[in-house]
Amino acid sequence: MSAVGTRKSHESAEGHVTGRAVYTDEQRQPAGMLSLWPVMAPHAHARIIRIDPSPAYEIEGLVTVLTTDDIPGENDTGTIVWDEALFPTEFVKFWGMPVVWTVGETEDAARIAASKVIVEYEPLEPILSIQAAIAQDSFLGFPVTVERGDAQAALADAPHTLEGELEMKGQDHFYLETHTSWVVPDREGNYQVYASTQHPTETQVVIARLLGVPSNRVVVTCLRMGGGFGGKETQANPYAAVAAIAAYKTGRPVRVKLKRDHDMITSGKRHGFLGQYRIGYTDEGLITAVDMDLCSDGGWSVDLSPPVLLRAVLHADNAYYVPHMTVRGRIAKTNKVSNTAFRGFGGPQGMLVIEDAVDRVARALRLPPELVRERNFYRGDGETNTTHYGQEVVDNRLARIWSEAIASANFAERQGAIAQFNEAHPHRKRALAITPVKFGISFNKKVYNQAGALVLIYADGSIQLNHGGTEMGQGLHTKMLQVAAHTLGVRGDRVRIMPTSTDKVPNTSATAASSGSDLNGQAVKDACSTLLTRLAPVAAKLLELDGPEEIDFIDDWAICRTYPSRRVRFEAVAQQAYDDRVPLSATGFYRTPNIYWDYETNRGRPFYYFAYGAAVSEVEVDGFTGCFKLRQVDIVHDVGESLNPLVDRGQIEGGFVQGMGWLTMEDLVWDEQGRLRTVAPSTYKIPTIGEIPEQFEVHLLERAAQEGVIYGSKAVGEPPLMLAMSVREAIRGAIAAFGQASAVPLASPATPEAILDAIEGVQAATSAAETRQPVLFD
Amino acid sequence: MPQSSPPPSSPTLSFTLNGKPVRLRQESPTTTLLHYLNQSGSTGTKEGCGDGDCGACTVVIVGEGADGQPQYQAVNSCLIPLGSLAGREVITVEGVANGALHPVQAAMVETGGSQCGYCTPGFIMSLFAAYYDGVVDDASVEGNLCRCTGYLPIRRAAQQVTGVQPCDAFASQLSQSSPRLEPWSLIQAEQSFFRPGDVRSLLNLMAGHPTATLIAGGTDLGLELSHKRRLYPVMISLEAVAELQGISQTPDAVTIGAAVPLSQIEQTLTGVFPSLDTMLYWFAARQVRNRATMGGNLGTASPIGDLPPVLLSLDATLTLVSQPDPEEALHERTLPVADFFTGYRETVLQPGEVIRHVTLPHTLSAGAVRRLSQSYKVGKRGTDDISIVAAAFTVDLDGEDRVVQARLGYGGVAATPARAIAVEDALIGQPWSGETVRSLKPMLHDAFTPLSDLRGSASYRRRLVANLFEKFFQESQS
Repeated sequence: MSAVGTRKSHESAEGHVTGRAVYTDEQRQPAGMLSLWPVMAPHAHARIIRIDPSPAYEIEGLVTVLTTDDIPGENDTGTIVWDEALFPTEFVKFWGMPVVWTVGETEDAARIAASKVIVEYEPLEPILSIQAAIAQDSFLGFPVTVERGDAQAALADAPHTLEGELEMKGQDHFYLETHTSWVVPDREGNYQVYASTQHPTETQVVIARLLGVPSNRVVVTCLRMGGGFGGKETQANPYAAVAAIAAYKTGRPVRVKLKRDHDMITSGKRHGFLGQYRIGYTDEGLITAVDMDLCSDGGWSVDLSPPVLLRAVLHADNAYYVPHMTVRGRIAKTNKVSNTAFRGFGGPQGMLVIEDAVDRVARALRLPPELVRERNFYRGDGETNTTHYGQEVVDNRLARIWSEAIASANFAERQGAIAQFNEAHPHRKRALAITPVKFGISFNKKVYNQAGALVLIYADGSIQLNHGGTEMGQGLHTKMLQVAAHTLGVRGDRVRIMPTSTDKVPNTSATAASSGSDLNGQAVKDACSTLLTRLAPVAAKLLELDGPEEIDFIDDWAICRTYPSRRVRFEAVAQQAYDDRVPLSATGFYRTPNIYWDYETNRGRPFYYFAYGAAVSEVEVDGFTGCFKLRQVDIVHDVGESLNPLVDRGQIEGGFVQGMGWLTMEDLVWDEQGRLRTVAPSTYKIPTIGEIPEQFEVHLLERAAQEGVIYGSKAVGEPPLMLAMSVREAIRGAIAAFGQASAVPLASPATPEAILDAIEGVQAATSAAETRQPVLFD
Repeated sequence: MPQSSPPPSSPTLSFTLNGKPVRLRQESPTTTLLHYLNQSGSTGTKEGCGDGDCGACTVVIVGEGADGQPQYQAVNSCLIPLGSLAGREVITVEGVANGALHPVQAAMVETGGSQCGYCTPGFIMSLFAAYYDGVVDDASVEGNLCRCTGYLPIRRAAQQVTGVQPCDAFASQLSQSSPRLEPWSLIQAEQSFFRPGDVRSLLNLMAGHPTATLIAGGTDLGLELSHKRRLYPVMISLEAVAELQGISQTPDAVTIGAAVPLSQIEQTLTGVFPSLDTMLYWFAARQVRNRATMGGNLGTASPIGDLPPVLLSLDATLTLVSQPDPEEALHERTLPVADFFTGYRETVLQPGEVIRHVTLPHTLSAGAVRRLSQSYKVGKRGTDDISIVAAAFTVDLDGEDRVVQARLGYGGVAATPARAIAVEDALIGQPWSGETVRSLKPMLHDAFTPLSDLRGSASYRRRLVANLFEKFFQESQS
């Protein structure tokens, strides 16, 4: 029985472990399929003087070289703003930007030919940092300000204030499957696209725009993705579009599968941010005011930067009530890849800044950071439980989660043991930190908060399930199968999940914002309910009952509610429905109710609800090297009434580790010419199993059903990533233990070098403070 | 003078893939296994990076364990050229399920060990190899990156299948396999691949093909094959050269053949040299250590190789062999490791000369009563990273804890692996104390002029050079 709430393995798990699960580039290739290779610019910023593809044609197997002249429609893959030329016509805007693409009979031919294409450039001065962009007034989109109260006045009145700055780097998605697309044209002007995309509809729309055809001529299908994490939301579009142009030009099927370095060089990443803040607080550590500036590194084009920035601004409170708060956000335009969605979508960056500030407050007051954090939680009703953008923190579970996490981690006792350890070890220090997560669930873009489904029942009782969400490993399809089987009252193996395709469900939203299960689950349930209302009368007739209200569908049977021995198998009902000419397919639809956002005042109720969690991390830091070891993690996380505890646990564990990677070891390095130097796993280090502590406990919050969400569940994709802030804060605690400093500035990511710098900073501050001590007993 | 014969030439490149014979006539011997598999429709094995760093392409080959018995070994198929597989058995993810799921597959399904599934085939093959060794743990999958799960369910799967003594078809197949490689060669119009069986025929081949490229495990050279699809006209494999194999131990020294895979060294010499144990633990990952050799790590002469600092600190010597005249005896010369490196990626190796073996003495210096020795590696990531700085220290102390001899070997701080000789000299006769060590830290800090790069700044490297030695001292006190 595949009811919801059961621990069920991923629907493709057997395909994964046997290698039989098919990804986009592993389908049986159609005859005559061509391959693509990019010609990449060697400058971060340059004017294109001349492109001469003719030498490439000397390479055997080269079919053609694609340039801007080959685009029959609009040369633009932009989404929110049309500012992304697929083939740059005048300027190169980041190092490695594809200028033209070669099309070869084989990938080798395309690769060799690409190296022959002549492009002449006039190098221009690039902008390579947020600071440089600010200095040169180089921005994308519009600034945004969200405020409550009067932060300036409150700061002036505050018993204490401090100011700080935190610059954090971005993060490469490092999905194991690089970007890939196939485009197969027919001879009638239609295009079947297979793409590793989180947003098939957008890929369809962009391709249609470039080809100058209506959307109905383009079908985009996503079989499954080898990881997405936001990196295949918009970023999949240009690669699919190039393949489409190649297919249009040659009339042949075309594939593109990026090499890892090409993927890392050309695709957008998590935004780096610069956060600057002033914070006012009382002797007790109660925050009275925050004035914050957030500036993201948008890269060369707008992409999803505006909503990412907005989410950062809306999460700059994390879990804390700040009576007077102003958060201003801007997007720096730089000559780097166009940064994009990445699990958390700006939320982590905004939250990291406030956590940096709260730790500063605690250390300035010599109070335990966990105490200051707890004291400032959203609480009570009304004002103290309302965010800086005016939304009440509905169903606030922070206090409950916090106390459960403290208890399950045995926090107080371990603090004592750590103090003893630190006393005995001058060169190694341990620390424990707990941080909260409050994360708003819904797309900020209201229109995306809708979903569709299409359920087909065949006369033999087998079922096909289509919905608008894509599977990237997060277990969405598994959950949707559970929802469908549960709603229809059938065995799970009766239902086949179909590849996500725009010819089954149109106008879909991106599978993003942790919303996949919430939105598509309701749509699937809606479609299944429609079918049941049609099947119930058929079953009632078969069982010679008075009416359909007598029928329950359970465990593959249609059962008479009052006389359960009167029952008929589901497939018999399906066959009878066919015979009676009852329609056996239905669409389902869902739109999230009661959400709104006023772009004039920047206030509203953008989130349907909030997801909560807390994590306790213990680290040990080596004073000689700055290396740290994560020793133990204890998490309490709120997933509502879990649809699938195995899948949800996997999201929590995986999200935490991905967040830890972002904050500690994943270090994107651009050189002074704007060349990305970390373009492979040899230079860009994501966590391995060696970084995972033996003790890693995850508790799903119990008795946590969320009203109004599919079967009481809650979204889980993004929120756990931010639990990893506890690792960073624990590292800061351990650094603090090397001295007596009242502040622990720490770069992000906290690489060993950054940690050693911070230790030396703390030690220097401590000895400086000691020499300033007045001599009392002289 | 014993005459050696060239390796017998074969018209085909043959190996066993999932129990079935594969005979290739046209395929280039420098095509990587991964490329071949994917081109021929075996798409279960994935390319995650093509660098040997992610493990998604992991397959299993039958190799020789430290005990000389056949062993299932996980290797990166993106780095291994087809020529290296001649006569070998290869198992991929498609060959593991035998009707029902293999126990390691079933465990991964049960624990939720796959999410997106793209890394999963590689994990399955790493787990598979470890399953037949009887120890399935974190180290078994340290060379496999997963971006989805955070590894916890994979660890749970490993715990479910560890400690088993399998008696299934794979176990019996393994017991009947021979890990020994026969001499072999393939001569095509454009490319030749030779696998000589003895050092004389190796040197003869080198003399006949002066531009030939030598390949042992191919974990460095494989990058050229994988990424650049470089075609090498003549490649000579060292894997079957008998004189380059084997580890021998005497009371005074250990001699390691240049072509011995690191995983064999790891298993055979555990506990003999603490600093070697430590560095091998941090050296890349299982898939790489199953192929990489000590000779290769020295021969590439990378300034950031992990082993040279250890060898420097242990006063290891290299024995090089050549044959200036085919009619004459082999010529051998032995030199300290410190004299081997002459510049960035340059060594004293002459054309027609190869590293035969490495000798690590384990005798205390005269007047010493005890030895302290350890190695350290600092990278952005603890495991499976290229070092920012690697260091290895050996300090011999007399009965009064005064330093009799010191060796401080470093990597990542200069164009070659290097010793801090001035500090070594300054230590002699000094008491082994915190005071001594701290007094020498400024000298260590300025001992080298390292560069800043993507891994770390010059300043950080300088501090590490000094701090790591103090760390070594502190640890020697506890």
